[in-house]
Amino acid sequence: MISTTSEERQAPSRPYCVASRPPGKPLGARKARKSAAGRQSLRVRWKRDRQMLLMMVPGLVFLLLFFYIPILGNVIAFQDYQPFLGILNSDWVGLQNFVDLYFDPDFWVALRNTLVLALWQLVLFFPVPLGLALIVDSLMSTKIRRWFQSIVYLPHFLSWVLVIALFQQVLGGAGLVNNELRQLGLGAIPFMTNPDTFPLLATVQLVWKDAGWAMIIFLASLASIDGSLYEAAATDGAGRWRRMWHITLPGLRSIIVLLLILRIGDILSVGFEQFLLQHDAVGPGASEVLDTFTYFAGVVGGGWSMGAAAGLAKGVVGAILIFAANKVAHRMGEPGIFSKKVG
Amino acid sequence: MAINAQVRNASDGTPPSGKPSQGKQSNRKLSQRKRSGLTFNPNRPAWKEPASPLYQCIKGVILGLITLSIVLPILLVVSTSLADDQQLVQAGGYVLWPTHPTLQSYEAIFSGSFMFRALGVSAVVTAVGTLLALFVTITMAYATSRPVLFGRPVLLLVLFTLLFAPGLIPMFLMVKQLGLLNTLWSLILPGIFGAFNFVVMRSFFMNIPQELVESARIDGAGDFKILWKIVLPLSKAVVAVVGLFYAVGFWNAFFNAMLYINDQTKFPVQLVLRNYVVQGGGLADQLGIASAPPPQSMQMAIVVVALLPILLVYPFLQKHFNKGVITGAIKG
Repeated sequence: MISTTSEERQAPSRPYCVASRPPGKPLGARKARKSAAGRQSLRVRWKRDRQMLLMMVPGLVFLLLFFYIPILGNVIAFQDYQPFLGILNSDWVGLQNFVDLYFDPDFWVALRNTLVLALWQLVLFFPVPLGLALIVDSLMSTKIRRWFQSIVYLPHFLSWVLVIALFQQVLGGAGLVNNELRQLGLGAIPFMTNPDTFPLLATVQLVWKDAGWAMIIFLASLASIDGSLYEAAATDGAGRWRRMWHITLPGLRSIIVLLLILRIGDILSVGFEQFLLQHDAVGPGASEVLDTFTYFAGVVGGGWSMGAAAGLAKGVVGAILIFAANKVAHRMGEPGIFSKKVG
Repeated sequence: MAINAQVRNASDGTPPSGKPSQGKQSNRKLSQRKRSGLTFNPNRPAWKEPASPLYQCIKGVILGLITLSIVLPILLVVSTSLADDQQLVQAGGYVLWPTHPTLQSYEAIFSGSFMFRALGVSAVVTAVGTLLALFVTITMAYATSRPVLFGRPVLLLVLFTLLFAPGLIPMFLMVKQLGLLNTLWSLILPGIFGAFNFVVMRSFFMNIPQELVESARIDGAGDFKILWKIVLPLSKAVVAVVGLFYAVGFWNAFFNAMLYINDQTKFPVQLVLRNYVVQGGGLADQLGIASAPPPQSMQMAIVVVALLPILLVYPFLQKHFNKGVITGAIKG
């Protein structure tokens, strides 16, 4: 996803020296471009590219205002931030906020919930799109295929509020299923409010919402597997399952590793809105995750610095995890998400 | 699929059995082709054996259940919002098909200005946000799609946003610092650039034949003109997809509103949905109506109001999925 090296290399060059570049010789052209670019002075390039530079301005302003300055704002994690004093005048307290966090039982509850949910998602959510993609890929009728794809992609575009509302209408205390149960004389089952089964519920919600959409990437890589491999295997007498085991799954290996890395790097973000919305119904004991902890401790409770400390810790650990996972992927001989060449 | 094909065979009067009797002498490939020729399907490669009935059944059941699990809740909500009181009471609160459809719950939720205002807020945020987002994303993606001065470091600045997030509290403080709290800009500005959409857009621009751009340059066109007159007309598909992605994102955003907006008159639809459906707040009180229809059907009506724009836009969005606009970028 982030790896742009290969694109970069194929990127057509700007006409630095249109005349001197022999047509149809990309390899030589690339070299020529490099040396030509090296020769051109900054001023010439500035003059040539100034409209392009102007185009970067809106995006850069955005990145500055809503990404890079807020990142610097994380310094309040090392302060005793008081809104009326501002960042410049608040007291510096070193690592005190992190120490407080360490001794805050709620933080550990949030961390535990996050990891538990991540594990559930990894076990229950991760394989579903792969299975779906294999089924859809085996569909021969383009019509059924299209219809099915249109339907399973749809929930991805519904907001979490809507998804929770729909789940409530079906599984909630006054929802369809419990209504039927009551009419049959059976007791209602608290699907939506039971803290013990909440991880399962949350994972089911996630599967319902996003499993179809997550399938799209597997479908793309299934389509890129060379069909003649299947043909050759079938001619040699390989059946359906052997073909899947020896051709399809190896063909998907890279993408599976890539998605696993992304998932592991993101293990501390299991979702936010989903848990915020169900915070009241299930209670913080089961539904508090790191992100909601940050929100409730920081914005709602006024512990700005402590919330920022939790957020910062999460972000840093997440970045370390993703680098580590990427390294493991390189060891396994997979391309991973980014390589050293991009930097 | 084979199910279709069998039906077709049956209507032709071709017996579905007795396939490969003459295939014995001829070579294997031919017999396979013959066999697949019987349950004719142009998409099935010659080497692929038709699935066994059992496997077909299992597949059909799985696909059917998944489809039902998605369609049923939506149908339930739409039907219940349209059902009249009598049927609702009889059915115990939920109906799957309204026998006497009525719009009374919609009339109720739209009786005050409350719901109109929420819809207006969502519409304005979505429209303005999408336009701005497209502007920022297109210019940034085009400017980094070719090797220009500072192109590389700027690209890295963007890609870094995929790895790390500034965090909720610094973002809140920034929005507050900019004086955007309690304004619609707080719902718009933080969302007008997404690195993922940028990557999609940029990789599309990079695949545009460079000769077109070069010839325009030789003719004396500047970069703005090239972007507007040559690149954008070629990129309608990707602009549509990215625009729709942004629009859906703005429409669906709820947490930003919860965080930045206190003023009830500036609540977007999603926040109304959360306050009065998910949290079950007193909707009739808010609307100030005395004889309200059952709360359930009013809640459903709000759900439908939030859902409808997505359903309307979805076919346009969906049209592009199979063209590989998105997946192409992911693979790159």
